[in-house]
Amino acid sequence: MMASTYNAKDEDGHITVAGPGGGTLRSRKPENTAFKQQRLPAWQPILTAGTVLPAFFVIGLIFIPIGIGLYVTSNNIKEFEIDYTGVDMSSPCFNCSQNFSWNSTRPCTCSIPFYLDQPYESNVFMYYGLSNFYQNHRRYVKSRDDSQLNGDSEALTKPSKECEPYAFHDNKPIAPCGAIANSMFNDSLELFYNDPNGTKVQIHLMKTGIAWWTDKHVKFRNPGGNNPNLTVAFQGTTKPVNWRKPVYELDSDQENDGFINEDFIVWMRTAALPTFRKLYRIIQKKKDMVLTLPRGNYTLEVVYNYPVRSFEGRKRMILSTISWMGGKNPFLGIAYITVGSVCFFLGVVLLIIHHKYGNRNNSADISN
Amino acid sequence: MTVAKDISDKWFPIVLPLQRKKQTGLDGVKPKKRRTSEEERRVRANDREYNEKFQYASNCIMTSKYNIITFLPVNLFEQFQEVANTYFLFLLILQLIPQISSLSWFTTIVPLALVLSITAVKDATDDYFRHKSDNQVNNRQSQVLIRGSLQNEKWMNVRVGDIIKLENNQFVAADLLLLSSSEPHGLCYIETAELDGETNMKVRQSVSVTSELGDPNNLASFDGEVVCEPPNNKLDRFCGTLYWREKKYTLTNQNMLLRGCVLRNTEACYGLVIFAGPDTKLMQNSGRTKFKRTSIDRLMNTLVLWIFGFLVCMGVILAVGNAVWEREVGSLFQSYLPWDPPVDNFLFSAFLSFWSYVIILNTVVPISLYVSVEVIRLGHSYFINWDQQMFCSQCNTAAEARTTTLNEELGQVEYIFSDKTGTLTQNIMSFNKCSINGQTYGEVTDPLGPQQKKLDFTPFNPLADPDFCFYDDTLLESVKVGDLHTHEFFRVLSLCHTVMSEEKSEGELVYKAQSPDEGALVTAARNFGFVFRSRTPGTITTTEMGQTVTYSLLAILDFNNIRKRMSVIVRSPEGRIRLYCKGADTVLLERLHPCNQELMNITSDHLNEYAADGLRTLALAYRDLSEDEWEAWSESHRCADKATDCREDRLAAAYEEIEQDMMLLGATAIEDKLQEGVPETIAILSLANIKIWVLTGDKQETAVNIGYSCKMLTDDMTEVFIISGHTVQSVRQELRMARERMIESSRTREGEKVEGMEGWGEACFMGNGFREGQEEDDPDVEGGGKKLRCPPPPPHPPPPPPPASPPPASPSPPSNLMDNISGEFALVINGHSLAHALEADMEGEFVSTACACKAVICCRVTPLQKAQVVELIKKHKKAVTLAVGDGANDVSMIKSAHIGVGISGQEGIQAVLASDYSFSQFRFLQRLLLVHGRWSYLRMCRFLCYFFYKNFAFTMVHFWFGFFCGFSAQTVYDQYFITLYNIVYTSLPVLAMGIFDQDVPDQRSLEYPKLYEPGQLNLLFNKREFFICITQGIYTSVVLFFVPYAVLSNATQSTGEPLADYQTFAVTTATSLVIVVSVQIALDTGFWTIINHVFVWGSLGSYFTIMFALHSQTLFRIFPNQFHFVGSAQSTLLQPVVWLTIALATAICIVPVLAFRFLKLDLKPQLSDTVRYTQLVRQKKRKMVGRNVGGAWRGVGSLSEGRLGARSGSRRSGYAFAHQEGFGELITSGKNMRLSSLALATFASKHSSSWIDTLRRKKHTHTHTPPSASGECSPAPSCVSGSVPPLSNSSSVLGGSQDTPIEEETDTAPAQTTQTVPSETPATPAPASEAATPPGPAHAHSASILTPAAVRAHGGDSPGGWTLTLGTVQEALFGWKGITARTTASSSPSPPCSTKEASHVE
Repeated sequence: MMASTYNAKDEDGHITVAGPGGGTLRSRKPENTAFKQQRLPAWQPILTAGTVLPAFFVIGLIFIPIGIGLYVTSNNIKEFEIDYTGVDMSSPCFNCSQNFSWNSTRPCTCSIPFYLDQPYESNVFMYYGLSNFYQNHRRYVKSRDDSQLNGDSEALTKPSKECEPYAFHDNKPIAPCGAIANSMFNDSLELFYNDPNGTKVQIHLMKTGIAWWTDKHVKFRNPGGNNPNLTVAFQGTTKPVNWRKPVYELDSDQENDGFINEDFIVWMRTAALPTFRKLYRIIQKKKDMVLTLPRGNYTLEVVYNYPVRSFEGRKRMILSTISWMGGKNPFLGIAYITVGSVCFFLGVVLLIIHHKYGNRNNSADISN
Repeated sequence: MTVAKDISDKWFPIVLPLQRKKQTGLDGVKPKKRRTSEEERRVRANDREYNEKFQYASNCIMTSKYNIITFLPVNLFEQFQEVANTYFLFLLILQLIPQISSLSWFTTIVPLALVLSITAVKDATDDYFRHKSDNQVNNRQSQVLIRGSLQNEKWMNVRVGDIIKLENNQFVAADLLLLSSSEPHGLCYIETAELDGETNMKVRQSVSVTSELGDPNNLASFDGEVVCEPPNNKLDRFCGTLYWREKKYTLTNQNMLLRGCVLRNTEACYGLVIFAGPDTKLMQNSGRTKFKRTSIDRLMNTLVLWIFGFLVCMGVILAVGNAVWEREVGSLFQSYLPWDPPVDNFLFSAFLSFWSYVIILNTVVPISLYVSVEVIRLGHSYFINWDQQMFCSQCNTAAEARTTTLNEELGQVEYIFSDKTGTLTQNIMSFNKCSINGQTYGEVTDPLGPQQKKLDFTPFNPLADPDFCFYDDTLLESVKVGDLHTHEFFRVLSLCHTVMSEEKSEGELVYKAQSPDEGALVTAARNFGFVFRSRTPGTITTTEMGQTVTYSLLAILDFNNIRKRMSVIVRSPEGRIRLYCKGADTVLLERLHPCNQELMNITSDHLNEYAADGLRTLALAYRDLSEDEWEAWSESHRCADKATDCREDRLAAAYEEIEQDMMLLGATAIEDKLQEGVPETIAILSLANIKIWVLTGDKQETAVNIGYSCKMLTDDMTEVFIISGHTVQSVRQELRMARERMIESSRTREGEKVEGMEGWGEACFMGNGFREGQEEDDPDVEGGGKKLRCPPPPPHPPPPPPPASPPPASPSPPSNLMDNISGEFALVINGHSLAHALEADMEGEFVSTACACKAVICCRVTPLQKAQVVELIKKHKKAVTLAVGDGANDVSMIKSAHIGVGISGQEGIQAVLASDYSFSQFRFLQRLLLVHGRWSYLRMCRFLCYFFYKNFAFTMVHFWFGFFCGFSAQTVYDQYFITLYNIVYTSLPVLAMGIFDQDVPDQRSLEYPKLYEPGQLNLLFNKREFFICITQGIYTSVVLFFVPYAVLSNATQSTGEPLADYQTFAVTTATSLVIVVSVQIALDTGFWTIINHVFVWGSLGSYFTIMFALHSQTLFRIFPNQFHFVGSAQSTLLQPVVWLTIALATAICIVPVLAFRFLKLDLKPQLSDTVRYTQLVRQKKRKMVGRNVGGAWRGVGSLSEGRLGARSGSRRSGYAFAHQEGFGELITSGKNMRLSSLALATFASKHSSSWIDTLRRKKHTHTHTPPSASGECSPAPSCVSGSVPPLSNSSSVLGGSQDTPIEEETDTAPAQTTQTVPSETPATPAPASEAATPPGPAHAHSASILTPAAVRAHGGDSPGGWTLTLGTVQEALFGWKGITARTTASSSPSPPCSTKEASHVE
C-alpha cells in the first residue's frame, strides 16, 4: 500500500515512515510545522452571493443617508462670493486693476457694494479667493526656507538656496525669503454694513485664529527667541522685493507680527490647486442674539494692492458660514447619494443576474 | 534584474554545504588569463624545477570571487552592470540637478541602497561558503612522493609532475597518469560518478613499463616526460606520449585517473600529476550553467519595457503641456514666479520638465519589483525544500529547489521529458517469475489478498541473499525435491553470466554485475541453492545444493546487441561439456531443437504472460556437446578469433554455429521495478494536460514495456504508432501515415458520436489492421515482439470526444485537424528514425504528429538527441518543457529544457548538479508541478497583477495633478511617502500574498488536475491581464485624484480654514491610496493566514504611525527644513470631511471591482473557484455533521494498488540484457581477476560440509511445518511498491484511471457514488457502478475523485480489478471543455441507468 501512504493527505501531518537506519542517520526530513508545510490555519473568503450582495445593499444603505445628510447640511450653509478683480469696465476696481505697479506709494482703493439677501447667523468666515494662481507650482512650492520661518537665526541671514531668486536683495538676506513670501497677498479688505437708516457701520473683522494651530505655534517662530523687539531681531535682513513694509511691521500686535503674522502664515500654507481661497478674517458672532450679518446692503472696501491681471488671475471675496463639516460643499453630498444609489442599484441588478443565471452553477457545485 | 540573474546558483550552495558538489563546481572557475594558451603540455616526473618553467596551475582551486578588500568595488561594479541598477543610478544623478529634481535624492537612494546591500550580503554569504569549501578541498591530504619518500601534503600543494599515492576509496586529487597499482597488470578501478554520473566501475590500466615500477623507491627515480594535449574539458579523451629511457609510449584515456573519480577495489596506486587544479578536466567542465528565465520573467521584462515606453509618453505629454503652460501662463506669472536662471524659454523648461516627470513617474516600475519577485521565489523555493511530502525517507533526501528563479514556471509545464532508467524505474531488477519446463512459478505479490509472505531461504541456504524476495514456495520445493529441470535451470543462471564475485568473509558474497538484470538472475540462482562463488579465467566455482562444484570454463560466447544472447561452454567435473545459453526469446526460440516444439509453445505462452505484466524476459537453453563437437568448434573459434580481418563477423558466425539445436529449459521474468507511484503520477499529470515523453537510451522493447507498465501506453489506446524507419523517406511516410490514421480515426469517432457507441469495435479493428500493415513494411521490427493488439472486446467504449473536435465533414487543413485529434494515440520512435525526424525539413511533421499523441516514447536516443527533442518542442510549441532524469546522459536534456529536474538516485549526482530541482522519487513530480508549481504561478501572477496595479494607482496621480500645477512636476504626495510607499506601506501585504496565497488546498489540486490548466494556457498573467491591471490602476488614480479634488477644492475645516491646501490634499490622497490598495489586497488575498493579517493591518498601522511621526513637532524641531508637513496629519485626519472623502474614494474604487469579480465568479466560475466553493460548503458541512469526509482522498491515494491481470496479454517481450559486451573477454583473459579470488575455490569447499547438514536438518523440519511459520519477513516497502503492477486495460480510456482495492472502495463508495452527474453517462456506458447509488448530496463532493464508475474488470482472470475513471468523471463533472450536446440531452440523474448497466456487465 505504498501508494496510499504518499498520496493520502495526512490530516494530522504525520507520515510514519521508518526509513532503514533512520535512527542512526540524522534525518533531513523537513520539520513538520504548519508554516513549513503551508498548512497555516487560514480564512478563505469567497465572493459568494451571500456576502457580496448584502455588501452592496449595506453600502447603499449607509451612503444614501450620509449623502442626504451632507447635502442638507451643505444647503443650509450660506455663502456669498464677490469678484472684485475689476476686469469689467463697470467694475469699481477697474481703475485700480489697470494702473498698477508694485512700488506705487499711493494705495488704490475701491469699494464694492453688495446685497446679502439672507441673514448670516453664527460666525461668518471671510475668505479671499484667487484664481489661476499657481501656488502649487513645483518651483513655487519649494521656494521657502522653513528654518528661517522657524526663527533659526542662521537661516535668517543665510536663506536656503531654495529661495532663489528671492534669497538676497541688495546683498542683504531677504526675510522671509522665497517666492511664496514674496508674492504674499496684500490687499486689505474691509466690510461695511449699510444700515437701512443710512449709516455705514464697519464690521469688526478678527484677524487672528485663522491659521492652523501647529503653524502658528510650531512651524512659524520669530527669530531672536522671545525678544519682543522684532526690529532688532530682523536686523540685517531686508524685506521681500514686492513687499511694502518689512515683515516686522505686518501688525502692531506683538503676537501677530513678524513670521507669526497669521495672514502671512495663511499665505505660506500653499494651496493645492490654482484656484483657491484662503481664510482672511472671521466675523465673530455677537453675543446678544443679534444676527452676525443681517440681511441688507454692504460695502466691501478694498485697498487694491495685489495685481493679478497680468496672468489673468481673479480675486474674490467670500463670506460663508460653517457647519460641522466645514463650508458649503454640495459635491460630497451628491457624490454620496450617487454612489449609494449606484451600489443599491448594482445590488439589485446583481441579484437578478444571480437568480437568473447564477443558479445553475451553485446547484452544480453543491451536487459535486 | 539585480538579483534575478544569479540568485539561483549563488544562493543555493549555502543550503548545500556538500563539498563534493562544490568541487564539481556550481560556479565554475574563473578562467585564469595568466598565460597564453597552452599549445601542449610537458611534464617531467619528479622534477619540480623543470615543470615550474611552464608555470602550470597549481592544484589549488579557487571558486570564490572576492576577498575582503576586493569585495566592495568588485561587487558594486558587478551590480551596476545590471540594467535596472544603472537605471536607478541614472535617476539618482538626475535628481541631483536642482532644476530637474522633483524629488529628493533619498527617494531613490534608499531603495537602491536597500537592493544593493541585500544583493551584496547575499553575494558575500555565497562567497564565504565558497571560500570555506575551497579551503576544505584544498586542505585535503594526499601522499606525495617527495625525494623518494611519501609525505603528506595538502591538495593545494600538489604540483604538476608530482607522483602521488592514492588509496582505496580516496578521491583522485588531480588528473593523474596512472603509473602503477597494487593490482596485477597495473589495473585499477575507478568510479566516475562525480564526473560523468556513471556508477559502474571502470578499469584503468597503466602503461606496462611503469606498472612494473611498483614501489616508491623505484618511482622516485622515475624521470619520464609526458608530452600531451593542453587542458581541455573532454572527459573521454586524452592523448599524449610518455618519453622514458629513449622510448615513446602512447598514452590514452585508459591510462588516466581524473580528478573527482574515486578509487575502488584497488588497494593503492601511484599516479603522475598531469593537470592540476583549474586545469583538471573536472574543473574545465564545470562551466557556468546557462541562466534560465521563466516565461513570466520574459513577459515581465517586456512589460517593463512597455512601461518605460509608457513613461516616456507620459513624460512627453506632460512636457508638451509644460511648454504650452509656460508659454501661455507661466511667462505671465513670472512676476510671482520667475523662471530658474538657466531657463530662458518655455521649450527649455519643457525639456527639464520631461526629466523631472521621468523621475516622478519612474515609480511605475519600482526597483522593489525585482527584489520582491526574488523574495517571493525564494520563499517558494523554501516551501519546496520544506515539503515533507516530497521527502523520501528511504534515501533521507528532501526535495530541493536548486534554482530559485523558476518556480512559477513549474505551474506552466506542458511537456515532460523523462528519462526511463532510474527515473521511471528504480533500475532495480528483481527476479519475479520463471517458467521451468512448462511450469510457471512465482506468483506476483497480490496486495489485494492477504500479504503473501516472502520466502525465507536462510534455513535452506545459508549463502542466500537476505534481500532477495520471492513468494512462490513451490519453486523452492521443486528445487528441494531435486527436479532435474529446475536444477539445470538454476545452473544456467549460476554459470552463464559475466558477474564477478567478491567474498570478503565466508558466506558474504557480493556480486558485481555489469547489468542489474544479470545480478538479479545470479542472485536468484544463489538463493535457490546454486551459488556462484568465484571464477578464474578458466573455471567457475559454484556451490550447488551445498556441494562445491568447479566447472572449467571453456568459452564465453559474449553478448552483443545483434546476437541478443550469451552462452558459456563449460566442462562439468564429470567431464560433460555443455553449452548454456540465455538470450532474448525471439532469438533463442529460433535456435531450439525441433523436439522442443511443445515445450516451446507452453513457454511461449508464459513468456507472453510475463511480457503482459511488463516483465523483462529471457529464455534459457542448453546444449550437450560431445568432445568431438567441442574440439571441432573450438578449432574454428580459434581461427575466427585470430583472424585479422572481419574478426567480429567471423566470431559471430562461429558462435552461431554452435548455438543451435539447443534444449529449452525455461524462461525467466525480471521485473524492472518501477519507482513508487509512477503510474499514478503519470496518470495525474496527463490529466493535468501535461504531455509526457519518455526519452530513453534503452531498447524499444524495454521502453514500450515500461510505457505499458507505467500506464503511458494502454491497450485502450486507439493506436500505437511505431516509427522505426531507417531512411528519411520511410520515416516521413510513417509519420504521414500515422497522421492520416489519426485524422481518419478521429473522424470515425466523430461519426460514432452521432451514431452511438457501436462503431468502437470497428474503429479499433481498423486501427489494428493498420498497425499490422505498418509492421509488415517495417523490417526492423521483430515479429510478434510488440504486437500491440487491440483487446478484442473493448472493455470500455471511448470517452466522449472533446467537443472541440472538428465537425467530421469540415475539410479543414491538416494542421488544424491535428490540434483537435480526439482519441488516444501513442508514438514510439527509434533513435535512428528520430535522427531523421529531427532534420530541419521534417521537424514540423514530426512535431505535429508527436504532439497529437498522448504519449511519445523515444528509444535508443543519445543524450544529444534528448536535448534536441527538447529544443524542438521549445521551438515549435512555445510550451514550457520540463526534463527529468537521473543520469549523466540526461544532463544535456535537463540543461536545455526550461526546467530541469534531477532525480537523486543511484546514478551519481551529475543530473542533480545540472538540474533546477531535485528530489529522489519521480512521483514527487506531481506535487512539484500540481501543488508547488501551480501555487507559485498563481501567486506570482496575483503578485504581479497587484504590483502593477498599485504602482499605477500610486504614480498616475502625479500625471493628473500635472494638469493643475502647471506641469511643473510637483508631486502630489509628501516625498517621504513616495520613498516609503513601495518599500514599507505596501510591500509586505503583497509579499505575504505572493508567498502564502493558496486558492485551493494542496490535496485539491492533486484531486483536480485540471486546475493546472490555467497555468499552461498562461491565463493568469498575460498582456491582457496586465492591461486590465494597469487600467484598474489608472482608474484608481483618477478616482484618487479627482475625488479629493472635487471635495477639497471648496471645502473648509470645521474651523473655517480651507482644506484645499497642498499638504492636506497630499495627506488625504495618500491616505486614500493606502486604504484603497489595502482593501484591494484584501480582496486579492484568498488565503488569510495570521501572517497576512499581521502584514495588512500592520502596513496600515505603520502608515499612520510613520505619517504621524514624520508630521510630528519633535522631528520638525530638529530638522525644520526636512519635515515641511508638520502638523498636517493631525489637522487633516481630524476632519470628518477628509474621512468622508477617503470613504467615498475607496467605495468608488472598490465597488466596480467587487461587482465585476462577483459577476465573473457567478457567471463564469473557473474550476478553482468551484473547487474553492465546494471546499467552503464542505467545511461548513463538516462542522455541521462533524463527519470526516477526508477519507475520500485517502481512498484515492491507495488507488491503483491492485494487480490487474486483466490485460489481454499483448506480447511485449523484452530481453533482459542491458550490459555491455566485452566482459567475457576480460574474464577469459583473467586480467580482472584477483589472486585472492582465485583462491576462493578451496575456501568454498571447506565450508560446505557443515552447510549441507544444516540444509538437511532444515529441510526435514520445513516439510512438516506450514510455510507460514517462516514468514516473519515482511517485504520492504520497495519490494511492494516495486510490484505495483501495470494497470488494467479496463482503465479509463482517458488514461487517468485509478484502481483501488475493494476494501477501500466499499466503505467510500456509498458515500461517493452519488448522483452520477448527467454528463458522465455517455462517458461510461458499459461499465457500471456496482455499488449502490444512494442519493447522498451531502457527500456528493467527495465523489468527485472516487467516481461512481467503479468497474469490475472485464475478463475473469483478475481477482477483482476496480477501476475508477477519474478522468472521465472529472471531465464530465466540471465540463471543462464544455458539456457536449449529448450530455445535456441526457440530463436526468443516472442511478437507474447505471444499475441497469451494472447488471449488463455482471
